[in-house]
Formats: sequence, structure tokens, C-alpha cells
Amino acid sequence: MRLQLSPELSAFREEMRTFFTTEVPQDIRDTVAARRHLSRDDYVRSQRILNAAGLAVPHWPVEWGGRDWTPLQRHIWREEMQLACVPEPLAFNTSMIGPVLAAFGSQEQKERFLPATANIDIWWCQGFSEPDAGSDLASLRTTAVRDGDDWVVNGQKTWTTLGQYADWIFCLVRTDPLAEKKQRGISMLVFPMDSPGVTLRPIELIDGSREVNEVFFEDVRVPSEFLVGEENRGWDYAKFLLGNERVGIARIGFTKRLLAQAKGYAQEVTVAGRPLAEDPRMAARIAEVENELVALELTALRVVAHSADGRPHPASSVLKLRGSELQQAATELVVDIAGPLSVTSFADGGSEVPEWARVATPEYLNYRKVSIYGGSNEVQRTIIAGTILGL
Amino acid sequence: MDFTFDSEQNDLREAVRGLLERSYGDGEQRRKVAASDPGFDEETWARMAEMGLLGLPFAEEHGGMGAGPIEVAVVAEEIGRVLAPEPFVEAVVLAGGLVAAVGTDEQKSEVLAGIAEGTTLAAFAHAEPGTRWSPSASAVTATPSPNDRDGDGWRLTGTKEPVPNGARADVLVVSAVVDGGTALFLVRGDAEGLTRTGYRTSDGGRAAHVRFDGTPAEVLGADAGDRTADVERAQALARIAYAAEAIGVMDTALRTTAEYLKTRRQFGVTLSRFQALTFRAADMYVSLELARSTALWASMVADAGGDVVAAADRARLQTSRAGRHIGKEAIQLHGGIGVTAEYTVGHHTSRLTAIDHLLGDGDWAADRLARTVTRYETVDPLGAPYTG
Ligand SMILES: Cc1cc2nc3c(=O)[nH]c(=O)nc-3n(C[C@H](O)[C@H](O)[C@H](O)COP(=O)(O)OP(=O)(O)OC[C@H]3O[C@@H](n4cnc5c(N)ncnc54)[C@H](O)[C@@H]3O)c2cc1C
Repeated sequence: MRLQLSPELSAFREEMRTFFTTEVPQDIRDTVAARRHLSRDDYVRSQRILNAAGLAVPHWPVEWGGRDWTPLQRHIWREEMQLACVPEPLAFNTSMIGPVLAAFGSQEQKERFLPATANIDIWWCQGFSEPDAGSDLASLRTTAVRDGDDWVVNGQKTWTTLGQYADWIFCLVRTDPLAEKKQRGISMLVFPMDSPGVTLRPIELIDGSREVNEVFFEDVRVPSEFLVGEENRGWDYAKFLLGNERVGIARIGFTKRLLAQAKGYAQEVTVAGRPLAEDPRMAARIAEVENELVALELTALRVVAHSADGRPHPASSVLKLRGSELQQAATELVVDIAGPLSVTSFADGGSEVPEWARVATPEYLNYRKVSIYGGSNEVQRTIIAGTILGL
Repeated sequence: MDFTFDSEQNDLREAVRGLLERSYGDGEQRRKVAASDPGFDEETWARMAEMGLLGLPFAEEHGGMGAGPIEVAVVAEEIGRVLAPEPFVEAVVLAGGLVAAVGTDEQKSEVLAGIAEGTTLAAFAHAEPGTRWSPSASAVTATPSPNDRDGDGWRLTGTKEPVPNGARADVLVVSAVVDGGTALFLVRGDAEGLTRTGYRTSDGGRAAHVRFDGTPAEVLGADAGDRTADVERAQALARIAYAAEAIGVMDTALRTTAEYLKTRRQFGVTLSRFQALTFRAADMYVSLELARSTALWASMVADAGGDVVAAADRARLQTSRAGRHIGKEAIQLHGGIGVTAEYTVGHHTSRLTAIDHLLGDGDWAADRLARTVTRYETVDPLGAPYTG
């Protein structure tokens, strides 16, 4: 047992911190700090800077740009990035399809897609969920039928995040409707979003944002070379992908930063001439969330330090569950600090309300999503009860 | 940074587990021991002494093992796991810890060696009616009495309660007011003017009402200066050890509950078929693991020479919340059997409740953390002030 980071890891952390705070453009980091929406170009600029420095896909195989880091190094990399308000490399590219192609794709697919995926020359979106296939993803109904050298895709996906920016989609499709187990009849296809027969319809969310979409497929022809891995093995790849998706989803660095900002806001807001931060109930609430976050960070450190042998630590399932709850708790805290100012979301010129108070409620409402996607928190409880407690 | 126990620590855990399982392999033995004074098993206590556990954190020159807070946490967790009633944290970590922290060389040689050998049971007489978890004394006062035999004695007057193991203790470490500060004293169990009324505590242990009527006392340490900071620090180390004990208790409570859900049948199926129950068990696991991380960390902070008071507050808040959650749910998920004396989980909850209230509960810790929360931006658990 030892608390301190080794000198090598301390130096590593310093190196990450310095890079993120000096090499990524200030305007992008300011946008993240102000919790404004990033443009497509912001994401691309930022990821290309990271990629040029070998910091976009360190968890990939070395041959494709990975760094052969330990899980602890990756943890530090991610946390420092979040603390420095650097947008994370696009998850669809770097955590989802990239690792799947690196593990299961053909050599041609790897060469064609991996460098472009790391450098975000291709922007990917995730076509898994459907109107009737959410948590029960394996019941998806979008079909792909073989016709000569092509697959012909028909059906609908939904919740497709940032599909409006995407160049390509990776998609789960039903290729064997008669398979005995529904999981066995699913394949993974990739194809361009501008393929004939693909239409996109934005979905407006409760905060007024348009970050998700419905995607419709009508006789979309996909050349057979765009099948990932083997036919009817798509479920295995999806499980592999979702396992990676959950890594780093705790977003401790994000919550830490938001909490630090919340403390500042609570000093700024005054009640009867005194800072709200001095109100004992408010201070205790901040202290409680912060302590929960310390516990989560320590759990994450325990998990990464133990998963070196490849097997995930059983406590890793806690990270998504509590990580999402704490992101939500922090956003809720900011709304409560804003108090009556929290309703001013759509004010512009002429309002005196500070920007942080205006974005507070949209962000809080938007962040209800984090306990729904990436395996809802109910799904996480099912995993804990089943695989850890044997229930 | 490394969260794994080394092989010596694992060996220690195995040895302690073996010893305690012989004594408390089933809940029945513990119930028997708790039923009569002194509320723990003197034989088990003696075997713990033989194993070196009662001198674990003390320097070798004073009869101890020279081990650190991590080894203490290992032992405390094993004690919690089987709900062993032996007062390891109270007598060794807290009362002994104070002697080790402020005692003179002579006092350390004498008292610590006795504690380590199991011949001296020490208790910290500190809590007073009308106060809550304060590091200072107010209801017991000390006055110099130069006319006593050895010429440098003191006399104590006032009341302490509850004093864990106060009736059985061979030596009391007593906090008392001197010149507006809090000094520490040693009082022998057979001192004149000492009245001790012992009773059973809610969790099956023992505590006492202790009255001092001009009771002769020896200053602990070189002088009767203010020891508030030493008390604060010793209590912090005890809180960290209690956090480990609570982890052991919670771990068993959760495992017992999960096992029960798998075997108890209602409506023709095992209870584990009801998601309303399995989800609550999953939430108990989440609480346990987060508390475990914090408890482990706090003992690492102590080991690294970091700010133990702040770390202990964090561990206390987390384990208090987790202990209440897990303790209450463990009973509820068992149904009626959970509230019987014959079954184990209720006793786990009872012990968690006692630990929670002995040195400051979760709200108390949250309040302390709240006072400084805006003085820093973020917490780095691997950095200052925790790494020393
Ligand atoms: C903002 C946002 C972005 C998203 N982005 C994408 C994306 O880019 N690509 C993509 O493919 N998908 C995406 N998703 C979809 C996401 O993965 C699904 O929303 C998620 O899988 C849950 O499915 P559902 O919404 O249909 O809810 P349902 O599965 O219908 O669940 C409804 C409720 O029931 C609970 N529930 C379901 N099954 C069980 C069970 N067995 N036991 C107990 N409780 C259960 C759920 O936890 C939830 O509380 C996104 C979702 C959101 C909200």
C-alpha cells in the first residue's frame, strides 16, 4: 500500500497537464469551461492536436497509434484532460469503432479506417439503438439482406448522437432473422451517412439542444467489404465495444471541475449580503458531493491499479453508476446555487444574469441522459447483482 | 500509488482471521460472550496479545510491534467481519495511542508494555454528558496536589460518560481541564475516589459512568499542558481504524444478505428473483465499495504521514453514510428474522450504529468538512495535504 504516485507517474501527470493547458487552443477550453456547445470544428481541431502528439488514441494497439500505457496512465491522461477543459477525443471514433476495427476488422479495413478515425478525418456515429430496442438491444429489427456483393439495409435507428456531423455510421443489423437466439443473428456494418437511402431527422432535447437524431434506412446498399468481422457475430463485437464505452464514463475530472466552479458561483451569489457559500446547509451539501467524488476517484484508482492483468476489477461496475449520479448531482447543485436565476436560460442581450446561471438548467436537464445511455443505471445494477453478488 | 496489501499484511490478515474465526465462527459464541462481563472474551484477548496484536502500533522498545496504520486497519477489518467484541480500537488504538503519543518514556515502557502483553486494559475516559465529540474536556477538572506522596500528583473531580470498557479497565486515560486547556492524566483502576458503574451498551459491549472525587492522577506526558491537538489526532487515527472495522461489518452484512436472498423462498421462488430486492443489494455493494476505497485511503494517508484529521473526517462521512444504508437494508431485506437477537445481521447493524456515534457521526464530519470546503478548489487525494 502506498499513497504517492511514483516519480515517473508524477512526471507523467505533469507532462499531461502541461500539454493540455498549453497546446490546446484557449478558445476551445474556454467554451468547455463555460459549458457552451462545441462546434464540429472545435472537436476536430482539438482532436487533431491530440492525435499529432500521440494523445488521441493511447489505448489502441501500438501499431495503430496506441501507447502501451498502463491503465493508471490512461486514467491520469483522461482525468487531466477533463480537468483542463479539453474536449475528449470523439468517443464514437476512439472508444467504440476504433478498438472494434483494430480487434476484429480486416487488414484493409484497418488501413483504410484506423488512421482516419484517430485523426477524425472520418466522424463516426453509433447506430445501435432503435425505437423498440433500447436496453434490450438484441431485439433490434433493422435488417440487412444479401443481394449480390451488397447488403441492403432497411429500418430505423434512433438517439444517434451528433449524427448530423457524421461521415460514417457503424450499425448493428439483423442478418439472420431465424437464428435460434436473437443475439446470434446480428452483424455489424459500416457505411457512409451520405449513402443513398439514409435520412436523418433531428430530435430536440429538453434543453433545446439538437444532439441526437433518428436515422432511417431505405434500401441502403452497403458493399460486402464493409461488414465488420464475421457475419452474425455482431453481438460479440457490440459487447466488446460497450465494455470499452464504459471505461472512463465516470468522468471524475469533469465533475471535479464543475464542483470547483460551483464553489466559485456560491461565493458570487449573495443572500442578505453574505455569500451563499457561507450558508451551512449549502456548504455541507457541497462537502457531501465532494466527499462522494473523492470516494469515487479512489475507487477508480483502485480499479485501474488492479486491472493490469487484463481482468476488470469487480468494483468497476460502480464507476458508471455512481459516476453518472455525481455528474447529475453537480449539475443539480449549480441550478440550486443559481436559484431564481436558473430560469433565464434563453436570455441574451439586456439580461444581467451571468452566463453560468443561464446554462445551469439546460445542462442539468441534459445530464439526465448520463444515467440512461452507456447501459442505464438499472442495467448496471443488474450487472452488479448478477455477476458480483450472484443474485 | 498502490492499493494492494503486501504479503506480510496478507499473512497478518490470515492469522487474525484464523484466530477470530475460532472464537466467533458463529453468532452464538458472540452472544454468549456479550451476555456476561466484561463483554469480551479474556481468552481471545490473551491470544491476541500472544499474536502481538495488542501492541501492533507501538514501538518495539515499548513492547510493541512497530507496525503502522495499515496493519491496524487489517486487524480492525477482521474484527468487524466477525463482530468480535474485543476492544481493539478502543483500548489499543485510542487509549494506547494517546499514551504512545504523549507519554513520557517511562509511562510508555510501563503502560504500553502492559497493553501489549494483555495485562493492562486501557480505556480513554473522555466523553462527558452534555458534550458531543469534542476533542477537549470540560466536565472533569484537575488540580495539583503537591502534598500527595510523590509530591507531583494531581486530583481529578467530575464525571465521564460513556467510557468504553470503563469498569473493567486497569488504567484510564482521562482528559481534564487545566488552565482552560485539556490535559491528559493516568488513573489506576484501583485509585481511591474512583466510582465506576458499568453497563451493557446497545451493541453488546460495555461502557461505564465514571466519577472522580478528588481522585489521584498522574499527568500523562511531561506536563499538564494543553493536549487538545493530541486528542484530536488520536481520535482521528481511531476513526480511521473504526472505518476499517465498519468495512468488515458491512462486508459481512452484505454477504449474509445476498446469501439469504438466494436461499429464502416466498411465492414459490427465491427472493433473488425479485428485482426490487436485488437492485437494493446492488446499491449496498456500491456503498460498500466507495466506503472501502475511502477507508483504505485514510489508512494510507496515516501511513504516509499526511493530514490524518482531514482524512479521518472524509472516511467517517463515507462510512457513516454507508453503514446506515447497508445496516438498515440488511435488516429490511431479511424480513422479520433480521430484527431477532438470534440472527446475525441485526447485530451488525447495531455495531455499525455504535461505531457511528462513538467518535462523531456523518453529519458531524460533513459539518467539519463544510467549514473549509470553499478554501480550496479541488481535492487531490494523492496530493497535499494527504501525502504528508
Ligand atoms: C442523449 C442520448 C444519446 C444517446 N446516444 C446514442 C447513440 O449515439 N447511439 C445509440 O445507439 N444509442 C444512443 N442512445 C440510446 C441509449 O443507449 C438508450 O437510451 C438506452 O440503451 C436505454 O434505452 P431506452 O431509452 O429505449 O430505454 P428502455 O430500455 O426502454 O428503458 C426504460 C427504463 O426502463 C429501465 N429498464 C429497461 N430494462 C430493464 C430491466 N431489464 N430491468 C430494470 N429496468 C430496466 C431502463 O433503465 C429505463 O429506466 C442515446 C440515448 C440518449 C438519451
